Amino acid sequence: MTHRGSRVLHVGSLSRVEGEGALRLRVHDGEVTEAHLNIYEPPRFFEALLRGRAHTEPPDITARVCGICPVAYQMSACAAVEDACGIDIPPEIRALRRLLYCGEWIESQTLHVYLLHAPDFLGCDGAIDLARTRRRDVERGLRLKQTGNALLELLGGRAIHPVNVRLGGFHRTPAPRELRPLAEQLRRALDDAWDTVRWVAGFDFPDATVDADFLALAAPGTYAIESGTPTVLRTDGTLTAFPVHDFPLRVREEQVRHSTALHSRLDGRRHLTGCLARFAISGRWLSRTAVEAAREAGLGDPYDGVVCSNPYRSLLVRAVEVVYAVDEALRIIETYEPPSRPYVEVPPVARTGHGATEAPRGLLYHRYALDADGTVTDALLVPPTAQNQGAIEDDLRRTASRALAAGDPTDAELTDLCERTIRNHDPCISCATHFLDLTVIRTTGGPDA
Amino acid sequence: MSASATRTTPSLAVFKLASCDGCQLTLLDCEDELLGLAGEVEIAHFLEASSAVRPGPYDVALVEGSVTTAGDAARVRRIRAESRHLVTIGACATAGGIQALRNLADVQEFARVVYARPDYLDTLATSTPVSAHVDVDFELRGCPIDRGQLLEVLSAYLAGRKPDIPNHSVCFACKRRGAVCVTVAHGTPCLGPVTHAGCGAICPAYGRGCFGCFGPSGSANPRALLPLLRRDGLDERAVERLLHTFNAPAFDTFAEERS
Repeated sequence: MTHRGSRVLHVGSLSRVEGEGALRLRVHDGEVTEAHLNIYEPPRFFEALLRGRAHTEPPDITARVCGICPVAYQMSACAAVEDACGIDIPPEIRALRRLLYCGEWIESQTLHVYLLHAPDFLGCDGAIDLARTRRRDVERGLRLKQTGNALLELLGGRAIHPVNVRLGGFHRTPAPRELRPLAEQLRRALDDAWDTVRWVAGFDFPDATVDADFLALAAPGTYAIESGTPTVLRTDGTLTAFPVHDFPLRVREEQVRHSTALHSRLDGRRHLTGCLARFAISGRWLSRTAVEAAREAGLGDPYDGVVCSNPYRSLLVRAVEVVYAVDEALRIIETYEPPSRPYVEVPPVARTGHGATEAPRGLLYHRYALDADGTVTDALLVPPTAQNQGAIEDDLRRTASRALAAGDPTDAELTDLCERTIRNHDPCISCATHFLDLTVIRTTGGPDA
Repeated sequence: MSASATRTTPSLAVFKLASCDGCQLTLLDCEDELLGLAGEVEIAHFLEASSAVRPGPYDVALVEGSVTTAGDAARVRRIRAESRHLVTIGACATAGGIQALRNLADVQEFARVVYARPDYLDTLATSTPVSAHVDVDFELRGCPIDRGQLLEVLSAYLAGRKPDIPNHSVCFACKRRGAVCVTVAHGTPCLGPVTHAGCGAICPAYGRGCFGCFGPSGSANPRALLPLLRRDGLDERAVERLLHTFNAPAFDTFAEERS
């Protein structure tokens, strides 16, 4: 099959991601001149439908943006509304929120590692296909994922769209004895999480480097999950932080014709949020166990501020983050003191509030403007995928260019490579995505048509 | 004889329209049953789980999400034509979902709030359930659906029988669970009496009122509940918000039928 001349190629389905999208590559004389990730997930208008709702409602409503990380939406929504109302949350409730979030990290990152990402390294169509030859590995993944779900179910009522989260805390908080059986399950899960790190560390990782600034929350003393300060690690190694209130000034969203997902830029530059950014910015605050796991995975020493910028190796970082989330959940359960009340009252204040937390896929920012009776008058949600989209396109362009320069890849090979590149970063294409229609437009000579 | 009739292993397909992916994730959350199920059926199309995709016809198609674009309206007709049994999963596919709040508003205004260039968008003015476009064999309720109910529906269709999904209200599940009635005991507004069972009455068990994420139950009368909601402190706007969230069109239709 020749790749010279102009032609259009459609390849169906970006699989093992969440949502709907397409990719168009324009190739001119063997050079990639355009890489457009087209997210055509139908718009659902959350920011519009939140207007006129009560200030107590964003946690339940915004959970429905994403079935894979509903807790992230609930936590960012609570943080933003509580910020508007000037409410400080007692440490016991903050610890429980972190525990719930650990459940989502365990479930969602394990889903990503075993069901979405690992099959790429093993030449399989998916985990069910993988189970034919490596049933014990897949069973371990499902068991680990189930532990995350068990934590979500106990604290949240159910794993998808938990019902127990409310503004100011929880509807009901568990007694310490209710958490005990969970601790036993988590101790077993710690072995599975370690075995996961060892399993994925044996995979073959292509050489690659992302060329984007990293953005993650930082909370010195702990690995930032449910709170922290937005912190930027530039490609030149400089580290700066800014208050969460400045987020809309620093991270600007713009609409592009080819996508329903908005594109964001940090100070006008492409940036990446997610596990690579977190590991680079907060790696030194991982628990002792997770640091050991990172060393064993070949990621280097997080105490030395090691940076991993190979997107394929994000699989290793995710596996290490699962070890951390299990370890951290155990620590919280062991030191758990039930709060005197399950929640604090959050009376409305006519003000705008900002909140950001670390969703499994990266920093998730919410902003709400309230009027005096608590009615939401304006809402802004900036999900990680929208922030990552520019950097993913950049990575696609470079990866495809390199493949074209190295040889004459078939369209099937090019599609496979592009799909892998996307999954490396983010399977939640815009907190929602499902078909990758790859269009390769190849032209030669003359002006690029 | 059709292709599906000659195959010994029944085929399963999972499709997504406008939604959050939570209902299809419920299938992957069946950790104890997933590999067993994969041995019983051919998973012919399930993009979230596998890159291997086989064209139809399919024995059972699960459809998540609501119809919000002309393209999806056409797609759901194709899915219907290719599927022996079509089952909708979740509030979006069954009632239009949270995004059906646009049906009560001006979609152009909604688009202007979110996008600088609404003209780039391809969207319908409404978010409608799958049944507004094609015949549906079974509608599984919930935002999200319940894992146990999903397994029951799948087992039923694979065994060629009717799913055993009760049509009664959340109150029945509350009594069965032994949860204290939050309305009677605490005066907490609760949609349990008019909401379809299936979640296991988790909200009352966690001390909050039901917010109707499974939509109306078979024998419910939302109008009769209104005085109770008002007694428990909800003003008209709050009642409207409570009924108009994840299953707005379904509760509306229901209220109209009863009026």
